[in-house]
Amino acid sequence: MKNLTEFLRKFRESQLFWPLVAWALILMFNAIVEPGFFQLGIIDDPIYGKHLYGNLIDVFKNGAPLMLVAIGMTMVIATGGVDLSVGAVIAISAAMGAVLINPALGNELITNDILTRNATNTPLPIIILADLAAGTLCGLWNGLLVSRARIQPMVATLILMVAGRGIAQLITNGQIMTIYYTPYFWFGNGYILGLPVSIYIVGLILVLAWFLVRKTSIGLFIESVGINSKASFYSGIDEKNVKLLAYAFCGFCAAIAGLILSSYVHSADGNNNGLNYELDAILAVVMGGTLMTGGRFSLVASALGALVIWTFTVTIYTLGVPANALLAAKAVLVMLVIFLYSDYSRRLMSRISERRGSSHSAAN
Amino acid sequence: MQRTKTLFWRYGPLLTTISIFVVAYFVGSRMYPAMQKPQVFFNLFINNGSLLLVSIGMTMVILTGGGGIDLSVGGVLALTTAASAALLRDGMSPMLVIPLMMLMGVAIGAVLGSIIQYFKVQPFIVTLMGLYFARGMAYIISLTSVTISDPVYKKLALTPIYIPFLSKTYVYPPTLVAPIMLLVAFLLLTFTRFGRTIYAMGNNEQSALLMGLSVARTKIAVYAFSGLCSALAGIVFSMSLLAGYGQFATGMELDAIASVVMGGTSLAGGVGNVIGTLFGVLINGTIVSILQFNGTLSSWWTRIGVGLLTLVAIGLQSLFYIRQKHS
Repeated sequence: MKNLTEFLRKFRESQLFWPLVAWALILMFNAIVEPGFFQLGIIDDPIYGKHLYGNLIDVFKNGAPLMLVAIGMTMVIATGGVDLSVGAVIAISAAMGAVLINPALGNELITNDILTRNATNTPLPIIILADLAAGTLCGLWNGLLVSRARIQPMVATLILMVAGRGIAQLITNGQIMTIYYTPYFWFGNGYILGLPVSIYIVGLILVLAWFLVRKTSIGLFIESVGINSKASFYSGIDEKNVKLLAYAFCGFCAAIAGLILSSYVHSADGNNNGLNYELDAILAVVMGGTLMTGGRFSLVASALGALVIWTFTVTIYTLGVPANALLAAKAVLVMLVIFLYSDYSRRLMSRISERRGSSHSAAN
Repeated sequence: MQRTKTLFWRYGPLLTTISIFVVAYFVGSRMYPAMQKPQVFFNLFINNGSLLLVSIGMTMVILTGGGGIDLSVGGVLALTTAASAALLRDGMSPMLVIPLMMLMGVAIGAVLGSIIQYFKVQPFIVTLMGLYFARGMAYIISLTSVTISDPVYKKLALTPIYIPFLSKTYVYPPTLVAPIMLLVAFLLLTFTRFGRTIYAMGNNEQSALLMGLSVARTKIAVYAFSGLCSALAGIVFSMSLLAGYGQFATGMELDAIASVVMGGTSLAGGVGNVIGTLFGVLINGTIVSILQFNGTLSSWWTRIGVGLLTLVAIGLQSLFYIRQKHS
């Protein structure tokens, strides 16, 4: 019994508690209002084979890019910064992929058959590498501006955010490029053992990042830089490179998200790929309980936060709310987050649990 | 001598921004002689009126420091256009609609400010909620664009006011709103208790509080002011396009932040002024003008240009700040 209460207390104080509560609430709402929400079925797809389908699977599949971006963003926010350029990096990565596949580079005139054939100009592995390299490069640029040029993170990443979508359009020559090369679709639409590929990608990155920050000292360095970067510097931590690493990793994650997104929608659009992802990702991180001032962070909690946002989105869609009005519903979600996470409600919560604790001891 | 030196270093960032604007405009007019016409200069104000309005509010908010930022501006702008278009369509008098919209802007700003002040939540998150809320409401009012056919709006939008001493150079009545607000904001920031409290808060909120300044009231007032600016921007915007739509001005909050930053206002708060912001907006407009005059360059170069100039402006300004710290 004592172990259980101890466990519960630990759980309540862990960063995972609030996002899990939020997720449970949304799922509960679904269970009552939309009983079909949890239905899972097996479908035999002519292209991708047998796989599971259902709202829950969709949440994971569509939420994967945001989860990835949120994981990267957590690292950056933990160092006390913020990365506003992730949406633009997504667009750049998507544009890279589309351009390398497309045989019509530049303004070259080309017949429609060649343009729409199921073939690629560049081998797939090179496309992936180029995508990831482009994203990481963007992240490094941000990191250099923040750590070496000492520009405030918000301003430094704002530059790439403004310029990045321009660069993405420059890469695709201002066009929305449609992709016809089917193997590329696998990342966003494919399945392994009945589950979407994007889930595995998120899992892989999450494990990788977790290993990086919890099994090496990098995580500790990131937290200490986030709490006080000057003090970290004087205690011998290479705070410049820690920041650089965080931003580079964030760019890397955004690049993967761009790959998945462009593969999912079969196109690259410099203006709209990953629109508002920076705001959603920051929201996910905040939901995960990581403070925007830096310091203690949890990657899993951020990924959960992203999942909450997407579950909420899918819920709103299944209720039949028009896509554009979704924003108003999202405002309500953010409002709830604000109230739940404010000092006031925290104090209230701890007071309630204290009182219950004292009544328990009185009963004993 | 010493005095001029201090003044130079103090106003260095502002001077940098102004000189970047002058250089950009000069280069543009060398390349395209048509840009030398005074009308092109006034077009900057006609085309960027709403961006300037939004940026003025943003400057005030950023000056309060402590991560102060207002992401809701574009949303409030869009909501204002949609709401005013819908009200005008239903036959409400514009004399009533305009004050009502201004009141709405103030109310939204004040609510956001109160949440920030009393719940101690990051302004970033709260105003993000404001953005989502305002845009969502705009879509709830109408999912499609609503045209405005009100005669008063049309008259205001299309009556040219000729500039004295310059031939065939004109602006429209809505264009004047932004410069007037700029003047108001400048006077507020420089000569009133409210304005000086903003700077004090921006430098150190704790000290301002201990000095007995009304930090809470000022903070809420600043966000309300920003809401007012966004609502005015929405009215100007809807007059120039004669329509209202939830999708107007997407991403304007970021253009505004870029303009403010280019204008030499520090995102940490306490440093900067609205005059710099004016030139930040003008630089933005000049880049767009140059691209329009060129004709062959594509629209995306605007973004790359703005990004690069932001970098240059920040680079030069940080030199001044480093120098200031050492002196």
